[in-house]
Amino acid sequence: METIIANKQVELNEQGYMLDMTQWDEGIARAIAIEEGIELTDRHFDVLNFLRKEQEKGTALSIRKIGKSGVVGIKEFYALFPEGPLKKASRIAGISKPASCI
Amino acid sequence: MANHLSKKLKKTEWKITIVDQHEKHYYQPGFLFLPFDIYKEEQCFKTQKSYLPKSVKYIQTEIELIKAKEKKVTLADGNVLNYDLLIIATGARIAPEEVDGMMGAEWHKSVFDFYTFEGARNLRNKLRDWPGGKLVIHLTEMPIKCPVAPLEFAFLADAYFQKKGIRDKVEITYVTPLDGAFTKPKAASKLGHFLTDKKIDLVPDFAIASVDNENKKIVSWDDKEVDFDLLVTVPTNMGDDLIQKSGLGDDLNFVPTHKHTLQSKAHDDIFVIGDATNVPASKAGSVAHFQAEVLTENILLYMDDKPLKEAFDGHANCFVETGFNKAMLIDFNYDTEPLPGVFPFKGIGPMKLLEENKVNHWGKLAFRWIYWNMLMKGKKIPFITPQMQTAGKELEDKELVNA
Repeated sequence: METIIANKQVELNEQGYMLDMTQWDEGIARAIAIEEGIELTDRHFDVLNFLRKEQEKGTALSIRKIGKSGVVGIKEFYALFPEGPLKKASRIAGISKPASCI
Repeated sequence: MANHLSKKLKKTEWKITIVDQHEKHYYQPGFLFLPFDIYKEEQCFKTQKSYLPKSVKYIQTEIELIKAKEKKVTLADGNVLNYDLLIIATGARIAPEEVDGMMGAEWHKSVFDFYTFEGARNLRNKLRDWPGGKLVIHLTEMPIKCPVAPLEFAFLADAYFQKKGIRDKVEITYVTPLDGAFTKPKAASKLGHFLTDKKIDLVPDFAIASVDNENKKIVSWDDKEVDFDLLVTVPTNMGDDLIQKSGLGDDLNFVPTHKHTLQSKAHDDIFVIGDATNVPASKAGSVAHFQAEVLTENILLYMDDKPLKEAFDGHANCFVETGFNKAMLIDFNYDTEPLPGVFPFKGIGPMKLLEENKVNHWGKLAFRWIYWNMLMKGKKIPFITPQMQTAGKELEDKELVNA
């Protein structure tokens, strides 16, 4: 569905994840983060930019992989995006939800 | 691929050699049934060689290294093969050593995998006289082979213990790093009730940090704990170590591969098929089968110096056992999530998509015959195309098609 976030038109799926990562900008990230109860800092953006870069490469993301990335440790990742950090960070980064095939 | 290509290539121009690291070819879908005594051990493997055309040279040995720049493959016995074109099909393996404590004192005592023949067989022996308790079915991280298998395991376990008359003594808990057992919008809304109906507890968003062998519990990175008496886990899945040693893989030893042509991103003369690729398709047998048809055509184009076809769409077609002789069928690709409907014929079926019935279950059992007699021999399955078809699927809600 089409919706307006931070004055920009974006396409979301029914779970609130962006369908086109190129529509993303920092304003959209901040608006989605507020819905998730998070105020974004530069540290958050380090993680978000890493996730977007990996998604562009087509890499499958997991918490363990992020912990090994050198960008952020797992404990800090949880502190930045509490409770389900990967799904929250993915939504804020404008990329698809970590999912199975069903 | 050997069966496909040997029919198409001139024997005077091309010689095909297969190097197989394993003497036995395992029917991996059988590992789901072995723990519950539905399949016997001998129904899970055959020797690979009997499926190859006579014109193909077969070498059974471990591979030491792929030297992509030199176009050479070094074998464990020291022999070196030169190639003009290489197809990598080294698959994926479980890597329980990636999680702290997973291969500890309880490994294959009360902590089991069922993604290896040994794991499935040892688990069967354990289940035969297990009196009941806390059964935890656990998924470490994506991607994994056959992503629906842990769910199927949970459903079959529910049926198995009911038949044994000890279901009331078994607590089944499904633990996943994802946000639910069903993660795609349509499947989540249509099938969410399955776990509640079968009295299977769900622990979502659980990213495992370690297995505590002494106290028999799994611990997450945010210090959540789940106790178990019997843990059935799907460890991290990784590509073959050979890929890492040869410098051809990503962090998980999967080969970066063009997702529509199946050509290696790093080397034009290397093509990749099945679980060995990093393409975002499901790591399922049906995917390798559909890829084989696209890849055969692309390899012939490559040999003729023509542009490759971007024809692989991520198509997967998987049966999902739900217990009590019923199953669901799902059919999807890179862009289209599993949708409800009928398959393969619009208006007729007879199989149902995203819905359980007995016909689907018989389809799943028949698949073993199809696997050995059609897939392994490179024959087409009638009415099922490499690319996903929309006929028979309920597409009226357009949003779902792209979700």
